[in-house]
Amino acid sequence: MSESVIIAETNKGSIAPVTAELVSAAIALGTSPTVIVPCTDASIADGAGYDGVSRTIAVKGDCFANYDASSWAAAIDAAAPSGIIIAAATPQSKDVAARVAARRGLSIVQDVVAINGMNLTSPIYSGKAMQTVSLSGDAAVSVRANVFPAAASSAANVSVVDQSGDVSTAVQEIIARASQRLDVAEANIIISGGRGMGSPDNFSHLEKIADVLGAAVGASRAAVDTWEDIPHSMQVGQTGKTVNPNLYIAVGISGAIQHLAGMRSSKYIVAVNKDADAPIFSHADYGIVATWEETLPVLESALSSMMS
Amino acid sequence: MPNIVVLVKRVPDTNARIVVSGDRVDLSSVKWVISPYDEFAIEIALQHKEADGGTVTALTLGSSDSDKVLKDAKAIGVDEIVRVWNDSWTELDSNGVQSALAQAITNLGAEVVYCGKTAADTGAGSTGPGVAERLGWASVSNITDASFTGGLTVTTPVESGSAKVSVSGNAVISCDKGNLKVRKPNVKGIMMAKRAQVNVVSADAPSSTVTIVSQSPPPAKPAGKKYEGGSSAEEVARLLRDEANVI
Ligand SMILES: Cc1cc2nc3c(=O)[nH]c(=O)nc-3n(C[C@H](O)[C@H](O)[C@H](O)COP(=O)(O)OP(=O)(O)OC[C@H]3O[C@@H](n4cnc5c(N)ncnc54)[C@H](O)[C@@H]3O)c2cc1C
Ligand SMILES: Nc1ncnc2c1ncn2[C@@H]1O[C@H](COP(=O)(O)O)[C@@H](O)[C@H]1O
Repeated sequence: MSESVIIAETNKGSIAPVTAELVSAAIALGTSPTVIVPCTDASIADGAGYDGVSRTIAVKGDCFANYDASSWAAAIDAAAPSGIIIAAATPQSKDVAARVAARRGLSIVQDVVAINGMNLTSPIYSGKAMQTVSLSGDAAVSVRANVFPAAASSAANVSVVDQSGDVSTAVQEIIARASQRLDVAEANIIISGGRGMGSPDNFSHLEKIADVLGAAVGASRAAVDTWEDIPHSMQVGQTGKTVNPNLYIAVGISGAIQHLAGMRSSKYIVAVNKDADAPIFSHADYGIVATWEETLPVLESALSSMMS
Repeated sequence: MPNIVVLVKRVPDTNARIVVSGDRVDLSSVKWVISPYDEFAIEIALQHKEADGGTVTALTLGSSDSDKVLKDAKAIGVDEIVRVWNDSWTELDSNGVQSALAQAITNLGAEVVYCGKTAADTGAGSTGPGVAERLGWASVSNITDASFTGGLTVTTPVESGSAKVSVSGNAVISCDKGNLKVRKPNVKGIMMAKRAQVNVVSADAPSSTVTIVSQSPPPAKPAGKKYEGGSSAEEVARLLRDEANVI
């Protein structure tokens, strides 16, 4: 069986759940995976053991305290065996995987959503088409979350490698995110508002539901452009973020093609819009033709009683 | 005074309908434009030049079809336009594209390269970091802002918000939308662009190990359920739990 190298996804000092999905992707590729954990504290690698994984390598280095693409790639490359490189399709891991691939003179296929032998499928043209490519030889691959089942956890067989990388960028200042809420790019559930919300204050109704569901709050570009209080970091769409949650709830959003480009691959889409002909309804699994004023209170109380 | 290169790619207009015929996307009737994020890259490159002097060269990899987007970049205000191409190239994979761009950048003597966060066709975001690695340079991706006083400082998203990051030495910077307003070509720019010559250069590219098997329309979703009235939210909440299993 050929080898693969999974770059574990870490989040706030622990292993992110998507890593278990990467193991299933590696097995779907017919490879035997080694998991590489970039870290400053090797103990987190104990959480990176899975059925089907015989080896976990904690790559420990000061360079992993902050993100610097070049030093991360150098340190990971030095510690990782050869084989197909597999990473999560998050912005940072896609970036690292691209550098590791280039370091090894390999090609990279990003945002994979299906694997069939050595054939990989990803969206192209913002999801308006799908493309299947075949690999001959090693390459790097990034895999979207919520596509593959999570492999079962098991005891990790960890070896630790000390590795440093020359850091070429330096963080001067961190500007904290205004809200402590989840970022849309990381959320499993997103509730977004559009111009139909009428005012930025009305986003509080979306926030209440987000709190019930543990969801992130997103916005259309019209909302971001119209209201200063709605930051660009919330924007979903072609010039905003591309999201792939299990559930996307669009409220007062018409469903313009550029908005759809960012969210159409969501597993389930709910639309609330007073206009029965709004284009968003052609993409919604569940559409509610009504104003948000009459819908959101009902939704909130139904969800609250279900979640408690 | 920095020698600045900005990467621009020709892509179908993002409003274009993408049609699949047979097992390939048919692009014969789409309108072609500069990839949207590359417009932000051009803007930041021009701001860099305004702050520090130097020159801005727009570079693309593509057949002569791509001359038009280079001239569009010229109309916006870049100094030089260069296209790297080799008639033997058919479908380059990312390894090929990055190798060839890296050679062209080296030959141009660039010190800083700006590019788009992702191209509108691939959506990949591989080229900036991949080219940087081949050049042995730093890279920062998805920046939303840049300042040039006391060296290059860029704003980039991090886990807890965003970070101001200073970059020492040569670097490839990939650009997101941010709060930038991009400048549009003016009449003088458009006149100059008409007369501008595209400098065509060659490079080597390794053979592809990733080959396209097929392209297809996105999977059709089964028709959704539609309800009238806000009170149906209760039923929808139940279906999200019992039918969709997402909450
Ligand atoms: C190059 C380019 C890039 C773009 N990128 C993006 C992008 O990244 N993201 C993005 O979202 N857009 C993007 N757009 C803009 C896009 O074309 C649309 O203009 C935008 O998505 C519209 O936002 P909206 O649906 O909130 O507003 P509108 O189109 O104004 O729709 C508002 C909707 O709210 C409904 N409504 C009104 N009142 C209520 C109520 N009380 N209750 C319920 N429903 C109500 C209306 O029926 C309507 O359907 C881009 C456009 C271009 C040209
Ligand atoms: N063929 C190309 N010619 C010039 N620049 C390119 C080319 N391909 C990609 N780029 C640049 O790299 C960015 C990211 O592309 P991608 O990695 O395909 O998402 C684009 O926005 C361009 O700035």
